[in-house]
Parts: sequence; C-alpha cells; structure tokens
Amino acid sequence: MITMVRELRAAPELLANLTRREVKGKYKRTVLGQLWSLVNPLAQMIIFTAVFSFVLRVPIPTGDPSGLHNFAVFLLCGLLPWGFFVNVINGGMDSLVANENLIKKVAFPRAALPLASAFSLTLSWSIEMVVLLVALTVLGAASLLWTPALVLVMALLFAFAFGVALLLSVANVYFRDTQHFVGILTQAWFYATPIVYPTSLVLEQSEKIGSLIGSWTLYDFYRLNPMERFVELFRSLLYDNRWPPLDSTLYCVAWALVALVVGAAVFRRHEKKLAEAL
Amino acid sequence: MSEAAVTVDAVTKKFRVYHERNQTLKAAVMRRRRSVYEDFLALDDVSFDIPQGSTFGLVGDNGSGKSTLLKCLARILYPDAGAVRTRGRVAALLEVGSGFHPELSGRDNVYLNGSILGMNRDEIDRKFDAIVDFSGVEQFIDQPVKNYSSGMYVRLGFAVAIHVDPEILLVDEVLAVGDAAFQEKCTEKFVEFRRDGRTVVVVSHSMPSLRNMCDNVAWLSHGRLVETGEAKPILERYLDSTRTDTTTDQDGAVRWGSGEARIDGVDLLGASGSASSFRTGDEVTVRIRYTAHERIENPVFGLALESHDGVYLWANNTRDLGHRIEAISGTGSVDCTIPRLALQPGSFQVMASIVDQSTTHVYDYLREGARLNVDFGTPVESGGYLALDGRWS
Repeated sequence: MITMVRELRAAPELLANLTRREVKGKYKRTVLGQLWSLVNPLAQMIIFTAVFSFVLRVPIPTGDPSGLHNFAVFLLCGLLPWGFFVNVINGGMDSLVANENLIKKVAFPRAALPLASAFSLTLSWSIEMVVLLVALTVLGAASLLWTPALVLVMALLFAFAFGVALLLSVANVYFRDTQHFVGILTQAWFYATPIVYPTSLVLEQSEKIGSLIGSWTLYDFYRLNPMERFVELFRSLLYDNRWPPLDSTLYCVAWALVALVVGAAVFRRHEKKLAEAL
Repeated sequence: MSEAAVTVDAVTKKFRVYHERNQTLKAAVMRRRRSVYEDFLALDDVSFDIPQGSTFGLVGDNGSGKSTLLKCLARILYPDAGAVRTRGRVAALLEVGSGFHPELSGRDNVYLNGSILGMNRDEIDRKFDAIVDFSGVEQFIDQPVKNYSSGMYVRLGFAVAIHVDPEILLVDEVLAVGDAAFQEKCTEKFVEFRRDGRTVVVVSHSMPSLRNMCDNVAWLSHGRLVETGEAKPILERYLDSTRTDTTTDQDGAVRWGSGEARIDGVDLLGASGSASSFRTGDEVTVRIRYTAHERIENPVFGLALESHDGVYLWANNTRDLGHRIEAISGTGSVDCTIPRLALQPGSFQVMASIVDQSTTHVYDYLREGARLNVDFGTPVESGGYLALDGRWS
C-alpha cells in the first residue's frame, strides 16, 4: 500500500487531470451541467419522502438534542452518504474496463483511474452535503458546528468505499459479471441499511422474535453491516447534533482500514497483469 | 556512449492462450474448474543491450514477440522471468491519442494526455505552444476533439507524445501518421532526437524506414533472439529469411509456393509473336504457361510488374477482373492482354502467380517470370515509369 501511495503522490497532475476529465466529461452537453449532480438526490428525496413518509407513514425519531422532526432531512442524512458509497463502487468497477485502451498502451500508476473516479464523486458529494447543511441550518439545527467531525467521517467513508472499489475494479476485469452482481447486491444492501426507515423499527421486530443463534438477535446481525454504522455516524452528527457512539465509530474505522488494506493489496497484486487480462 | 540505455536481461514472457476461458462467473461455476489454457512463450530468454544514443530497431515476423518486448520496455507488460533495466526517462508511442476524452477541448486533452505520459503542469505549460504548433490544429484547439478529423486527432496525440522529451523513446509503427508534410516534421523530430544523443527504439515492418533510421537492430523469431548488432547486414539476412520456402530453380529464377501447380514460363507476345522488347503504346499479351500436377478448383492467376529498381507498379489477377477459371489440370496457359503499354522506356520485371480462390494460399509464385524491355514509341513523354499520354492545352 505504501508503494501505491508513493506512486500516486508522484503523479499529482495525472490525478488532477483524470479527475477533471471525469468531472468535465460527465455533464458535457447537458443544459443543467453540474446541477445534475444535485437533481438526482433531490428527485430521490421527493420520491422516497412521498412513498415512505406520506404513504407508508414510517415513524422517525426526533433529533436529540437538535429537536428536528423532518423526514426529508432524516432521509438525506443517510441517502447522500449511501449514494456516494454506491457511486464510488460502481465508478471504480467501471474505471479499469472503460480505460482498457489506456492501460494497454501507456504505463502509469493504474490506481489513478479508480482514485480519480472516487475524487470526482467526492466533489459532487461535498456539494450535496453543503446543500444539506444549509437546509439543516435553515430548519434550526446546529449541524454547522459539527462540520469538522463531519469531514472526518466523510473521509472515513471515502476510505471504506475506495477500498471496496479497488477490490471490485480488479474483480470486474476478470469477471464482468461482477458489475451486474453488485447491482443486485447494492439494492438489497440499500434496504438492509436504515436509510428510508429508522433503526428502531428493526429493534422492535428483533425483540419480538428473540434470539436467533445463541444469544445473537436479528438486531445484532443487522448491526454487523458497516453501512448501518456509517449512517448512524452521519445521523448523530447532522440530525441529532451529538457525538456518535464510540463503538460504532471504531467499528467504522476498522472496516475502512480493512477495506483499504485488502483492496490495495489485491489491486497491487494484479496491477501488473491488467494489460494482459483486459 | 558505451553505456547501455536499455539492458534486456534474459526476459521471458508467457501468455496464457485460453481454450475455454471463464470470463463469466457462470462459466466458472458451471464448469467448476479452472480455465483451460496453454502457455505460449511470447519471449523466450531474450538478452541484449541497446546502446545509448542509438536508434535501435526490433524486427521479426508477426508474432515474433517484438511488440511484446516493446511493451515490456514500456512497463505495460511485465516479464515472467528476467528483467528490463532502463537508464533515463522512457516514453512510449504505442498508440497516439489514447486517453483523449472526445467531449473535452484540444487544450484540455493536451494537459490530460501530457500528464498521463508523465509530464507535469509546468512542463506542459512550457511546451504547450510547441505542441500545438507541431500538431497544426491551432484554430481548433478550444474545440472538443470529437469534432476533429481523424488526422487532426492523431497529429495532436503524436505532438503531445513526442514532446515528452524522454531519454529513451519507444515507437511502434506510428511513423505512418498524417500527410506527407506531417511525416516530414516527424522525421525531423526523430533526427533531432538522435542529434541530442537520445535513444530511440522502433518496431516497424517498413524495411526502407528501418534501413534509413536504425544503427542497430535485434531480430526476433518466435520469441527468440536470432541476432543483434549492426543494422544493415542483419536486415539483409532477415529479408532473405522471410521467404522460408523460397527456392532458386535451375534457371536461376526465384520462386515459392506449395507446388501443386507450377508456372512453366511467362511469354510476352506482340503483334509479331514472342518478343522481349516492345514500344510504348504497343499491344502486349502476357501468357502464363502452367502445369497442374493435380486438379485445382477455382485457381487465380496473377501478374505483377516491378521497375528495374524494385518499385511495385501494377498488379492484376483473374479474380479481381472477374475472369473465373473453373479448374485446371495438366498443362495449359492463360493470356492477359494489355491493349496499350502505358510504360516509359526502361526495363521491367514481370511476376506471375497461381494462388487459391482466397488469394492467401500460394501454389506457385515466380519472381522473375519475364523481363519486359520498353523502347520509345507513342506517346513520348518526359520521364518516370508511366506513359499516361498527358496532353497540354
């Protein structure tokens, strides 16, 4: 991993230019341009709020101590990080296959491709988060004060997502099924993460069922999901305006580290064979 | 000068040739075993040095491993055994314009491509004008490159690549890009490279350009190094070897082919019978006499003309001209009539061939089928090979 970091640090322009290519190329020839990156989460917010808040009437907790009680921002605190996570995975998976020509003809640090894709997505995610912060402030929450902690948690999610993306980018070179498989997996994962509903609903059901294996309840299994913990972190900071629980924070740090180390190791091992395998 | 710019040390590169490749998960699961493959030795224990400041050619037939070797030098592929050591910055021109984003402007793409090739921002800033100037697309530099013609696209890509200013430049047959003026610019740039004492490694099929450019060459065959050293003698020997089934018959004629049918001779017939000298504008009939040792379905007869100094002037075969021959067996002949000989005075070589319908399998190819001498006739023109009967007004 250290060699990988050194290689990438030696080519800051490459990263910057590849990122620029992603950002500029993505919304070229659209009327709304970069605004599209905001339109998508906004549309999702409207749809999910209509379905889950208006029709299904999912109960949400009141922010403590912020006092917020608003489904739309409750949703966005989970939806925006989730959207970023999925986009980084998909972008990373695509990055090697889509740049086959480049990999076969030019020598450069290959990790720059998934990284540039992740960077460009970080940019649009950051804009989304700023808009969310403004909305939260308008609604009367003190979320702005938590910005420094928020940036750290965002960095943590970046590390986790990028690690997974590195792993999957290589997997997708060898098995093109990966992207289709991941498409289904992320769909299931989305509903296994408390984005459109609060965790408390799962806890209620779990208590009705009792323990499943040994003393493990459904809720314990549910909480193994690292994205569940990440959403908890984001909601604590933004929706509740308080420090997230320490155990969940450590759990996220551990997952981010493992993903990054494993992802980098796998990528490193296969990097030199990419030109042949593609 | 004595130090090697590149050392190729016992490089071996294997490729897996997949008979059944599990590229989908389904295939991997259903067969429940690993892919079926054979190892193919693309490079087998190749060692040589490329001296600093030399222009070095890699020659060999298709599949001899020369492109694989070049990619190993460029660090796109990595050898399975052995090592490549390079001294100095390496830039590879394996494909121009790779990494261009069609929606971005030429300017953005210069920066993007430059950084992919390893230049930093200052360097590109400094060279930007030179790059644009070299490419000749100034007017369109702020247009998206998808609006470029393919020629402009390639020129811009080439211009970026050549301005990387490497100590070692690797080139794979990209010399043949652009129009004549651009080619000249490229040639100039290569000469400049050599003057500056930089090392250039070229893979090319073009013997004339290799002969002109290279000081040294390495000849590869089936992944093995045949020989390496001074360019001229090795290129000669390589050329001789390219026709492995070439034979010289008792008359001294050079021929090759599988031999099911043979060309017994090529006769040139004029108004007064067989001859070897004609005048410009004469009617000439070329007769190919052949013997087919077995019945051959749908053979294709071909003729070609070369000038005395080896310029390929003309070719014509029965398939392209729609003259279908059902089958041949035993001896026989076919005629090709040229109503007016459009050649300037001089001496020409007539080549004849019998090939199969796909024109890929050669039964017999006779290099010097007949010599055609042309004297002044009508029209009389000023020079060159062809008598096109041009008129002034």
